[in-house]
Amino acid sequence: MDLSYTDSQNAFRHEVRNWLAQNVPAQPLQSFDTEEGFRQHREWEAQLNDGRWGMVTWPEALGGRGCDLIEWLIFEEEYYRSGAPARVNQNGIFLLGPTLMEFGTEEQKARFLPKMATGEEVWAQGWSEPGAGSDMAAIRSKAERVGDHYVINGQKTWSTRAVWADWTFGIFRTDPESSRHKGLTFILVPLDAEGVTVRPIPQLDGLPGFAEIFFDNVKVPVENVLGGEGMGWHVAMSTAGFERGLMLRSPARFQETARRLVELYKANRDVADIDPAVGDAVMKAWMDAEAYTLNTYMTASRLVQGGKIGPESSTNKIFWSELDQKMHETAMSILGARAELWPHAPAAGEVGKWLDGFLFSQAGPIYAGTNEIQRNIIAERMLGMPRA
Amino acid sequence: MNFTFTEDQLMFHDSVKSFLTNEVTPEKIRELWESDTGRSSELWTQLAELGLTAMTVPEAFGGLGMNELDFVLLAEECGYTALPEALVETVMVAVPLISSLGDEQAEFKETWLSRIATGEARVAVGHPDNPLVPDAHVADLLILANGDEVHALSQAQVQLTENPSVDPSRKLFAVEWTPSTETLISGAGIADGTAGKQLWQDALDRGALAVAAQQLGLARKMVDLSVDYTFERKQFGKPIGSFQAVKHLMSNVAVQIEFAKSPLYKAAYSVAYGLNSRAKDVSHARLVTTDAAMLGAKNGIQSHGAMGYTWEVDLQIFMKRAWSLASSYGTQGFHKQRIKQFILADEAQLGAGSTFA
Repeated sequence: MDLSYTDSQNAFRHEVRNWLAQNVPAQPLQSFDTEEGFRQHREWEAQLNDGRWGMVTWPEALGGRGCDLIEWLIFEEEYYRSGAPARVNQNGIFLLGPTLMEFGTEEQKARFLPKMATGEEVWAQGWSEPGAGSDMAAIRSKAERVGDHYVINGQKTWSTRAVWADWTFGIFRTDPESSRHKGLTFILVPLDAEGVTVRPIPQLDGLPGFAEIFFDNVKVPVENVLGGEGMGWHVAMSTAGFERGLMLRSPARFQETARRLVELYKANRDVADIDPAVGDAVMKAWMDAEAYTLNTYMTASRLVQGGKIGPESSTNKIFWSELDQKMHETAMSILGARAELWPHAPAAGEVGKWLDGFLFSQAGPIYAGTNEIQRNIIAERMLGMPRA
Repeated sequence: MNFTFTEDQLMFHDSVKSFLTNEVTPEKIRELWESDTGRSSELWTQLAELGLTAMTVPEAFGGLGMNELDFVLLAEECGYTALPEALVETVMVAVPLISSLGDEQAEFKETWLSRIATGEARVAVGHPDNPLVPDAHVADLLILANGDEVHALSQAQVQLTENPSVDPSRKLFAVEWTPSTETLISGAGIADGTAGKQLWQDALDRGALAVAAQQLGLARKMVDLSVDYTFERKQFGKPIGSFQAVKHLMSNVAVQIEFAKSPLYKAAYSVAYGLNSRAKDVSHARLVTTDAAMLGAKNGIQSHGAMGYTWEVDLQIFMKRAWSLASSYGTQGFHKQRIKQFILADEAQLGAGSTFA
């Protein structure tokens, strides 16, 4: 065990920090759930890619730097520290990207990864259906093989970023006789294909952060199948594994929220009507963000040494989503009567982005597999408890 | 940056784990509850033969010269098996304290450290933050506090009054004794007064780390015992472990355990290498491991139902140890204060990138 950075790791941090200092937009971008904001964030992805910072863990041939996971953590720390824009293509680069590298053919990798890296093609996810949420194996959207195409009919929902995204990935039932986990196939679908209708769904903040996608005889070539026909569940579980696991929520994000929470508390702790429980909650928030960081470094170190992610990674999603919720609840409590105000309200003062974060934190325990499902997974796969 | 244990550390852990699993069974623990001292000199000898009592003794005094990081996984297993003997405290608190004494104490160090290493002598520590002294009755040497001063006494120089603990394996004593210049091993005439203060402060961090490691092991054990029980116990025609409400009791403990591990190992690293962050790191580890053990006890007894409330079921061995250690080497409140002081300080470096700075 050596918990200090090497010279080259320190140099790498320095390089990231310098580039970000020179390139991060001085004015925050608009929300990527608006048309203009989406465009701005797409440009930012291109700018990141130009500096070869788009996806540092990807091979150099694909515009990455071939970084290991420790360097990735360092990059993420500097990224969040700098206040750089959120990643509009996170469903692509963090979820589909690694899955493509694992299951994609050489042609597929060459076709999809570079444009994903530049932000030229932004990806939406197409998992859930109206009747298939926590019970994802209940998927009914069909893809019927006709010659060298599939013809897709059905509906996906809660598709994050789908309103302005270019592509979606998801699993579809290719064997009409099949049920549950069998007969499903992972397919990549362009959202501008004929027969695709995207209907925006406004979220709690009023913006269309997700959408329904309707498929009406949508023709997709067989080359768009990832991992082979009938392998959809297997491929999807790998994507879901990345999502729950390491990449989707790097610890730096929560460390920065915890730091801002400590600052908020320090500025307001002498207010007479502050809830005395807040001081403890702030302390706990800092500790938990720290524990999530330490835990991620431990996992990353193990993977760098050739180890594998185990079922214990299911604990991650519960931990960060509940931490995020608690931190924002605490901030709202500190802000008191101002907490309900949007930053542009005349009386808002310095409320900052806490309300935005609070609203978004409510989704954390639901998306990427509800925390109840995660708890079942922990009980059954990690602790070996009897299945229902 | 490499946050993993070495092959050697993991192999030693495996062998000690299997020894403890085979030798320190719940039956053995219950047997010791019925004995006069509650301790087994035979078991202590076995622990010494494995090299465990010598682990942190410097090589110059016949020890293995290892550190807290080498021992932390073993301490966790001592918790997992609820080892009644004061091995963790000896290795992580008593030996480092004696080793840190000034050069004037060379003879004292030589005498005692070599005997502790071989298992010939046992030592008890009366830390000023703990009201009572554990295992004083079997100690050949007692390290006691008089203000900030550190004193060393023999069994003949003290009077002990036992104070029964909820954990029948815990042996706690009020110690009556008289400090004198002969018993003093720090402070005036040997080192200055702050030396004693520093020794006790370091001992507090090491003691809290020792507690943290055991609490994590205890939490893991309580989950394992409870999961086993949820297979055995059937209601509504099914094992109760198949019910989601019972699963989630266990998953919630598992999450806390998972996120207590890395703070514990970081704290062991900080103590072993004397990092400036050690007080904060130890308090963090101590808080989250204790929380995990407390929840392990609470959800453990809940999943056992009425059986969990009985003397017969082994869960009590581990619950009671967890409860009794919860305020040892600083209360949760004390450790929370230390974290708060750290994060609220003007000069505090927080946020992304600050963890290993």
